[in-house]
Amino acid sequence: MSSKIEITNLNFYYGNFHALKNISFTIPENQVTAFIGPSGCGKSTLLRLFNRMNDLIEDIHLDGEIKIDGKNIYSRNTDLIQLRKNIGMVFQKPNPFSKTIFENVAYGLKVNGVKDTNEINSQVESALTKAALWDEVKDKLNKSALALSGGQQQRLCIARCLAVRPEIILMDEPASALDPISTAKIEELILELKSKYTIIIVTHNMQQASRISDKTAFFYLGELIEYGSTNQLFTAPKIERTQNYITGRFG
Amino acid sequence: MNKYIIEKIVFWVFRLMTLLVVGILVWILGFIAYHGIQVLSWDFLTKMPEEGMTKGGIFPAIVGTVCLMVGSMIFAFPTGVMSAIYLNEFLGEGKIKSLINLMTDNLAGIPSIVFGLFGMALFVNKLHFGDSIIAGSLTLGLLVLPIIIRTTETALKSIDDTYRHASYALGASKLYTIKNVVLPMAMPNVITGLILGMGRVSGETAPILFTAAAYFLPQLPDSIYDQVMALPYHLYVLATSGTDIETARPMAYGTALVLILFVLFCNLAANFIRSIKN
Repeated sequence: MSSKIEITNLNFYYGNFHALKNISFTIPENQVTAFIGPSGCGKSTLLRLFNRMNDLIEDIHLDGEIKIDGKNIYSRNTDLIQLRKNIGMVFQKPNPFSKTIFENVAYGLKVNGVKDTNEINSQVESALTKAALWDEVKDKLNKSALALSGGQQQRLCIARCLAVRPEIILMDEPASALDPISTAKIEELILELKSKYTIIIVTHNMQQASRISDKTAFFYLGELIEYGSTNQLFTAPKIERTQNYITGRFG
Repeated sequence: MNKYIIEKIVFWVFRLMTLLVVGILVWILGFIAYHGIQVLSWDFLTKMPEEGMTKGGIFPAIVGTVCLMVGSMIFAFPTGVMSAIYLNEFLGEGKIKSLINLMTDNLAGIPSIVFGLFGMALFVNKLHFGDSIIAGSLTLGLLVLPIIIRTTETALKSIDDTYRHASYALGASKLYTIKNVVLPMAMPNVITGLILGMGRVSGETAPILFTAAAYFLPQLPDSIYDQVMALPYHLYVLATSGTDIETARPMAYGTALVLILFVLFCNLAANFIRSIKN
């Protein structure tokens, strides 16, 4: 099992706030890695460092290294657009653009300069199929994406990021705004996608982490408390604080 | 006294005040409509004024007002929308932004006659446009700029950042995101601002008083350097300084009615655009 992302001695600050403290670990390729921990523990912050979403915030400071495929993504010659194309992101609340279903999926392709209609059509179909949405929407591709249900919208957002053929998919609590049936579908989808993609998911839902992830990282107050295989972390945590969190004694 | 009775009385007072407000509005509209409708006819809308403006129509004033509405928006809409995009999308929160917002708010509070005076000094005299459609449009454009900027800014602000982030995460640049995600989503509200601005412009008298409006000009403009008649100023003339004020009174009501219909139409159109969005 080869590693996809290597984090070495990472420290991250918002102004004077030390949000991530001396974090080092390695995320494996083609597996699902879950980040868990109470609100404000830094798990979403770390997720957003992987595609440099935090660049949008002023007054931030980063020490240490994040390497993807061996390349430091915070080095000066990183091509931000290439980096983001390579990393899909799915957000907490489904956020399809107010465009048609087709246009939503085609958006990333157009951003990246794909003009050939046939290619766009086939990529859109393939992305929607991979996101297990094609059968539900193939007859209404030109309808507004906002007419879809919340669960369908979230799968559309997944299709939107799959269309640009990323290698890594970041998911920030992708099912927290969805009902149980839609959540189950998203989880099923994640399990299907992991053979081709490296998936990192931030979740507040412990059962979800244990159901779908291979590895779990537990964060607390900006520190990585424990990291290991999901099975081991949930059944035999090595650290008492992890034990307390996953059994619901605090959090 | 029983507290339920007090509550009842208080609510009745509120209710009466609301009725009073609505009543006054209905009275004004009814009064204008009742008097205005008597002269309102196809001829009134399409003919030149005749016999010292006591007979005939108000066609040149309608054309003039439409010219000024369109002209002012050609200037104010792109300028306002672009400043709003800069303010909301590019300029971070801070002192400069507060200062600019303070200035836009104050610009909105300047009495319209002051805009008229400024327009006369700058566009009519300094730039030698003379009393003309272009001088009037630019003056009115300055007047509605704050409205356009504010409504556009509010429209942009109401678009959740998560849509911008989703676009950036797909590799899009900021400009691409604004053009393809943010602006299309904000457009209904931006257009609403445009139409409300047009409604405002159609009724303004003071800014065109020294910059564009003609007392009596029974012909249509040939170019943007021509003077025009305009509905609000025509109303003012008919009501205060016509050749025969008493005889012209029905014409004044008719003009007032047409002007109100202009504004009403703009407001309804704005409401309609807002409703199709939801």
